[in-house]
Order: sequence, then structure tokens, then C-alpha cells
Amino acid sequence: MSATDTSTTKESLRGSGRARRADPIFRGLVLVAATSVLVVLAAMIIRTTLDAWPVFDAMGFWGFISGQQWSVGHSRSEVTGTYGAFPFIYGTLKISFFAILAAVPLAIGIALFINEIAPAWLKRPLASTVELLAMVPSVVYALVGIYFFRLYIWEPVGQFIASSPLGNLTFFGPPVLLSSYWSAANILAIMILPIITAICRESFAQVPRDEVNAAYAMGATRWEVMRKVIVPRSFSGIVGGTMLGLGRALGETIAIAFLIGASQRWAPQLFFGGDAMTSVIVNTFADAAPEAIWALLAIGVTLFLITTIVNVLARLIVYRVGQFSGDAAL
Amino acid sequence: MSVETPTRPDRPGGHVSLAEKAPNARRREGASRLMTVVLGFTVAAAIVPLVLLLWQVLANGLPALSLDFITQVEPLSYRERGGGYLHGIVGTLYMTGVAAVVVIPVGVLAAIFLTEYGGSKYAYVVRFFTDVMTGTPSVFVGLAVYALLVSGAGGAGLGFGTLAGAAALGILMLPIVVRSSEEMLRLVPEDLKNASYGLGARKWQTALKVTLPAAAPGITTGAILAVARGAGETAPLILTALGAREVVGALWGAPQADIGLLMVDGFTQPFDAGIERAWAGGFTLIVIVLLLSIIARLIASRSQAR
Amino acid sequence: MRNWRILLALLLALALAAAACAGDEDAGDPTAATDDAADDTDDADDADDAAEEDDDAALLEEDEQVGVEADSADLLGAGATFITPLMLEWIRDNEPGINVNYQSIGSGGGIEQFLSENVDFGSSEAFLDDEAMEEAREIRGCEPIHFVDAFGSVVVSYNDPDLDAALEAAGQDNLVLDAEAIAGVYNTDITTWDDPAIAELNPDVDLPGTNLIAVHRSDGSGTTNIFTQYLDDAAGNWDLGFGTEVDWAAGTIGGNGNEGVAAETQQQPGAVGYLSYAYAVENDIPVAAVVNEDGNPIEPTLASISAGPSEIIDDIPEDQRFAVLGVGGEGYPIVGAHWILAWECGYDDAVAQSMIDFFTWAVTEGDDLAEDLLYAPVTGAFEERVVDQINRINAAE
Repeated sequence: MSATDTSTTKESLRGSGRARRADPIFRGLVLVAATSVLVVLAAMIIRTTLDAWPVFDAMGFWGFISGQQWSVGHSRSEVTGTYGAFPFIYGTLKISFFAILAAVPLAIGIALFINEIAPAWLKRPLASTVELLAMVPSVVYALVGIYFFRLYIWEPVGQFIASSPLGNLTFFGPPVLLSSYWSAANILAIMILPIITAICRESFAQVPRDEVNAAYAMGATRWEVMRKVIVPRSFSGIVGGTMLGLGRALGETIAIAFLIGASQRWAPQLFFGGDAMTSVIVNTFADAAPEAIWALLAIGVTLFLITTIVNVLARLIVYRVGQFSGDAAL
Repeated sequence: MSVETPTRPDRPGGHVSLAEKAPNARRREGASRLMTVVLGFTVAAAIVPLVLLLWQVLANGLPALSLDFITQVEPLSYRERGGGYLHGIVGTLYMTGVAAVVVIPVGVLAAIFLTEYGGSKYAYVVRFFTDVMTGTPSVFVGLAVYALLVSGAGGAGLGFGTLAGAAALGILMLPIVVRSSEEMLRLVPEDLKNASYGLGARKWQTALKVTLPAAAPGITTGAILAVARGAGETAPLILTALGAREVVGALWGAPQADIGLLMVDGFTQPFDAGIERAWAGGFTLIVIVLLLSIIARLIASRSQAR
Repeated sequence: MRNWRILLALLLALALAAAACAGDEDAGDPTAATDDAADDTDDADDADDAAEEDDDAALLEEDEQVGVEADSADLLGAGATFITPLMLEWIRDNEPGINVNYQSIGSGGGIEQFLSENVDFGSSEAFLDDEAMEEAREIRGCEPIHFVDAFGSVVVSYNDPDLDAALEAAGQDNLVLDAEAIAGVYNTDITTWDDPAIAELNPDVDLPGTNLIAVHRSDGSGTTNIFTQYLDDAAGNWDLGFGTEVDWAAGTIGGNGNEGVAAETQQQPGAVGYLSYAYAVENDIPVAAVVNEDGNPIEPTLASISAGPSEIIDDIPEDQRFAVLGVGGEGYPIVGAHWILAWECGYDDAVAQSMIDFFTWAVTEGDDLAEDLLYAPVTGAFEERVVDQINRINAAE
């Protein structure tokens, strides 16, 4: 990046009286722009909370998040149904947990491979390929999940696990459904892989090269350097990346909506269908009476709270690790 | 540093010749090679799904892909082949375009605030909440825009349509534009700004005529990536744009179509023709997002080459 | 920064792969044969569709000749997704040439939009109950009108190779079930095919002992409403009530949408699921014959579905708020109506005339399209009553 091409001339830069007076105006302008971010965020939070209030009021906040029954009413002015969001919160946390469980080791592995093992000419193509995963729109993941992945990969693997000795545990027990927590967790894992990989790569790259070279000089093998120098030194980066990935997973919608089963209930098994916070919102929105929309807004507010806590923690950790040059789009 | 260096008590000071391999070297080398292979597999775990995905989208979308797909609207029938997603493509580009036109200037100005007046506590607050917004689930943004703009009860009562969809996409893009622009503005060398001040330029002149042009390519790249992100979103549009079956020009008052919405409509019906069009729509969407990213990177690399 | 070149290369690779795939398919790509999803490119299918398209083209031409009447207004409607495929083709082919914008948002949304007066007509698989009727009268100051535009039916599908073999050995096309047996499977009292309750209905079949799994819709749907309302009425052993969602018994599994239920049913040997008739036919899924009120086992066909409503025509009340229950004779018993909701007052004349024209055309002339798409059209004496209801639109103005 260079500025040699800026055609700025001395004349246009001279501070005339008018230019001086423009300074406070300019300051005001950028201040308004910056404030608009806060205004939009505040408007969203206040409006949704107000609209969701009747439901929180009727169920109690604790009653809302711990209640297991979700039966919508059809009133246009008052809360007549029973709204317990536990099945959705449970589903969201469950699939996010398993997605993280699968994606984090993979992301660390990919980051190590790209940074430390891959020859120079291979680094960029590999990195771009992983980035491409992040660019595929969610609705395409939904489509491919429905018509391909769950039929030919996830369900057979699930059957294999369920019929192994592990299947004796309720958690891994049959039946293995096509739309299940398992399918949803799998698609999530693929979708959050790029962001975790990117953050891991950033933090691995920040490990001082001297330390790495020192370890090699002492006779450490490549794996030993990675395991005992690079990964431990990047621990907080990995944690931060994981949290950002978790934030992504919690908010993912379309792919989950079509792969989790949309049952509005919860189930203890992994291979059984359930529901998640985002999926119940998009699946039932169009058909909802006003009071049911308030209830969906209440789920939205709860989801916002959870993701915000996770994201704030993630940001705090990632900030501490250092400035990342990576684009904020991740 | 806990690398397993063998100690040799039989030698004074534990000195080992550099030429001499440690007794466990073979095992450790083996472990290292094994792990290299394992790490290679993790890379495959990312690449294989991507390849399968692209292959499926292509193989299944192909029967419906032709020039008609981008020049015609869908027939009023799920079982009739032919026709296309013109209305969805127009809707997607329309909503993303409106969002970009509003959000990019605002975002860049906000970024200028963060870089030029970045020391204040208020700047810290703005930066923090911008990051909070980056992580906001898109479906929450959809709900909020529904409550604020679409719904008549307590909201503006605009109804489903272009503007509501654009608002949702814009809110999703805004924090990305702010933060990526800020990064780019920060990269402009202090010397350059000081030179400008030295010539007697005011702060606004320096910011708009020196810093901004210098950072322009990077900002553009970030903005286009944000637009690409918005173009690929579907969930918030379910709650704001709703979907349509024809090309819609109205900013509000009429529901707007979107590629993602048309795909959902198509693949949830049992008719092959509709499902094929959904696959073709998926292909179109990937191409749009990919094209935007390529343009963004092209701009970035051009400016770097200079 | 050479990233973009790699992306460009990938895009090119995509295009190349596309071209390659296109070539392969002509040459009979082996992967297409093994891939279920690719089945829809089969030549036979294409031929069918080509024929279909010809029909459609003919209809379209007709449409163009008729043109658009000068005094017609555009209509806006919203509601059930169930009717969407038929509604779209009615809109495409309607001879009065009326332009209708139909938002497929679900029955609940349809009623909501109708009561909010955001749309000209609502569409629903459930009629307004008395309370909602009262509310509606207050909103518009006149009577809301219900009329049926088509019937749909729900079929019980199953998946079990052993059962298929046993049925074939006995020379029987469909498994026979009655309401009690279906209810038994869904409340998990009946766990195998050779349960006496099923054996009694299929005396010639050597029923296998496969463990049964009941599959239900996990999303709220009109299909579930029709199915559970039938069980609630016809099966003494059904105590889960009825509605678009019910509290299913533990041990049953859910599928999202017709497509989800069909997919789960195909995946589990011993699975029993309920689907909309159109979906089962479109995907060639085996379905059970169901014993009706008169004790006749009836296989779901267009004729038997249409027979259902005509069997009970005398019991249909004047305002057409009714459920299709107690079907006997040659009628298939699990049938539900789909209603259009309109007002008796408050329309512009042009809008009211357009609605009357469009729906009169749909229920009188649109029967072929309904049958093509496997809905039972309204016919005969009932059709006249539907037209009478349609003519009440804006009549109180």
C-alpha cells in the first residue's frame, strides 16, 4: 500500500478559514457515523426485548429457559400458550459442543500442516481452499446436507457407531435418524472450521521464530516442535478461535433448520432429532400468530445474550493474543 | 523447553557429539513422520467435504442451468422444467446493493472516527460493540428488523420487502465494513499524515484527501467481502423479505425475492423440476459470492503490486 | 497476494467440471446411476416431463388468447403451503386471466394475514373456530366466508422388504390397516406387523415380525391435523387428541416436512409414516389401504379420495366449516379440506369480481389441474354449494 499516487496538491491542503471551520463538522459527521453502530444495536436490543416481554413476563425468565413444553397459542393480544425454550437451548448447545469437539482438533491440524509442513508453493492454495469453505452460503450447505451428506456419510457413520458397543449407551443408541443432532453437528463442524483454522494460523505464525529454531537446534523433531513449542505458545489463540467458532455455531441457522429435525422437543440421544434456537425461529415464523412471534423474539433475545457472552469472552482472549491482521469478515 | 534431550551420566557435563543420534531418535522421528501423515489427513477432512459439495451442486444443478436460468423467472409450477431465478438474482443483488450503498459510507466514516479519534473512551466503546455486532446471529438481526420495520405493532409497519431485507443485510455488513476499514486506515503511515499536516492541512482534509485515498484499495476489498457475506445470507430474509415470484422493483410494500429463499421454496416441494432449480440456484449463489471475493482480492493484489 | 488467482483457477475448474459432467451425462455417467439424487435426470423421466411441458404449453397458449379483462384487479392471498403447487398452476392457467399473488406462508400465517386485513383472501387447512369468527366479525363488521377449493388426503406409508415379500406372496397389493391399528402403531401399543390387530385385517398374509417405528411430522402441519383428526374420530384407542402438533408417544420419531418423513421412513426398515398423498405418489412410495366407516379397505386413489367428501356431502353445514370424517362406501377415509377465507363486505368492486371470477373458474374449470397434482377437486352437488359461497363475496356490501 502506498500513497505516492494521491494527486493531492498543496493548494487543496492549505488550511483556509473555511477549512478550519469544517473540522468540527467533520468530527461531528464521523461521530454520528460511529454512533449509528451503537444506535442500531441498541434499537435492535430494545425493540426485541420489548416485544418479547409479554412472554418473559408470563413464563418468568427462568421458566422460559428451563421449561420443556413449547405449545404455541393463537392469540393476537395476550400470551395463552406455554413457552419453554429448554429443548431449543439444549439443542443449540449440544450441536455446538459436538461441532467444536470435531472442528477444533481438525482446525489445529490444518493450521499446523499449512504453517509448518506444507511446502511454500502449497500454502496459499490450501489456505484458499479452507477459506472457500467459509464462502459457501449456508443455504447451499443445507441443500447438500439434505440430499447428499446425511444420506451417504453421516447416517452410515451414525449406524456404525450405534451398532458398535458404544451403542449400548443411551447417548449413542439407535435409532439413527437422517435429521438429527448428529447431522446438524456435522454440518456445523464443516462450517466453523475455516474461522478456527484462520485464528489458529494467525497465532501459530506469531510464535517467535527464534524459539522454534532453538527447539530444532536442540534436536527436536518437527512434531515435537509443534506439540511442545508452537501449540502451547498459541494456547490462548486457540481458545479465542474456538470461542469465535462457538459464537458462529450458536448463530448458524438455515443449514441447521433443515438438518436437526425441527421436532420442538429434546432427546437425550445423539442420533435422534431435536431442535435448536435458530431453527425453531425460521421454521415456525411464517405460520406464527402474534403471541408466538413474541415467543420467537424471546428465543432470539436469549440467543443474542448467549452469543454475546461467548463473543465478548472470545474477543477479550483474542485481543490479548495480539492484533490480528486477518480480515474482520472472519 | 522440555525436549527430551538424553543425559549421559557417563560423560562429564553430559556432552554428546552432534553426529551421534540419541538412542530414542528413531522412535521420535517415526512419531514425527506419523503425525505429519495425521495432520495431512486433517487437511483432507476439510478438502473432501468441499469437493463433494461442489461436485453435488454442479451435478444436480446442471439440468436446470442454462441462459434461461438468469434471464427468466420461475414458471408458476413446481413440476414444469425450465425458467429461472431472474427474480431471485435481481432481489439478492437489489437488497445487497441498497444495503451496500447505505452501509459502506457510514461504515467508512465510523472507521475514520475510530482511527482519527481513536484514543477516547467512547471510541473504545464503539469498537467493542462493533465487535459484539460482528458476532450477532443473523436470525436475531432478522427478528429485530421484523420487529422494527416490518411489523405494524410497535414497528414502522413497512411490511415485508426490499428495504427490510436490505436493512437486515446492512446491519450484518456494517460491523465488518467498520472493522476492516479501520484496519486498513491504521496501515497508512503516520509520516504521510504528518506531511499533510505539515503542509497546513486540517484534520478533515488529511483524513479525506490523504489517509482515505491511501487506504482505499484495502477498504474496497473489505467492503466487497462484506457484501459477499451479505449476498450469501438467507435466514434473516425469511423474516424480512419473505419471497416473491416475480421481479420486484418496489422498495417497500411488496415482498422481495431472493436466491436463497427460492431455493428453500424449491427443495421443500416434492417435484424434481423445482429441486433441480434449487441446485442451480445454489450454483448461482456460489458463483456470485466467489466472483465478489475474486474482485475483492484482485483489487487488493493490484494495490499491493503498485 | 496471489489469492485471487487461486480463486479464479477454482472457478475455472468449476466451469470445466461442469462441462465434463454435461458430457458424461450424455454418455451415461456411471455415477449418475448410483446416485439417487441424480435419478431425476433419467431419460424416462425426461420424456414424461417433456410430455407434461407440451400440455402446459398448450394451456399457456389458450391463456394468451383469452387475454386479460379490462376490469379485473390483482389479488393478494396468503396461507397454506399445502395448496401452493395447485394454486400456482391455477394462477398460471386461469382463463379470466386474473393476476394473483399468492404467498405460501402456512395456514396459521394465512389466518393471521386474513384477520389483519393485509390480504384479499386467506387460505388454510383449518377453519376459523367460533371464537375466531366472533373476532373476525368485529374486525370487518361482516361475516367471514369459508369455501372449499380442494381436498387433500393423507396416506400411511411403510418400508419393510420382508413385508413387501409377504404381501407379494399373498398376491395382495397393499397392506390393510384400520384406524385402531394405525393408532396402535402411533401410540406404540402395536410393535410388530404380526400383531393380532394387523393380522386380523390381512388374513392371507404371512406377516413378518419386524419391529415397528412410527414416524410423524416434527413440524406443525395441516397433514398432521388431518391425520390426527381422523384417528381421534375413528380410533377408540387414540387419546393424544388432534391438531397441527400433538404430543407424540415416546419411541416415535419425527421428520421435518413430507420430505423428512419420507426420508426417515425409507431409512428404517419397519418404519410407518404418514404423508400427503401427492408426495407419496410423486415419489412412488408404497401405501396402506385403510378400512373406512363401512368396513371396506380402500386404497388411496384419486377416485377414492374424491369419493370421501361426496360420501358425507349431506352432513356438510351451510357455512362449510366441517371436517371430513366418517367416510364410508368407496371413499378413502383420511381426507381433509382446504379452505379459502374471504369477506362478505369491504372489497372494491373490481377486487370482489376478480375473486369471484378466479375462484369460480378454479373450482369449476380447474379440476384437471387439481387431479394432475393429486388433489381431489370439488365436484357435483358440492361444487354448486361452493360456487354459492363464492358468490357471497362482497354480497353484504
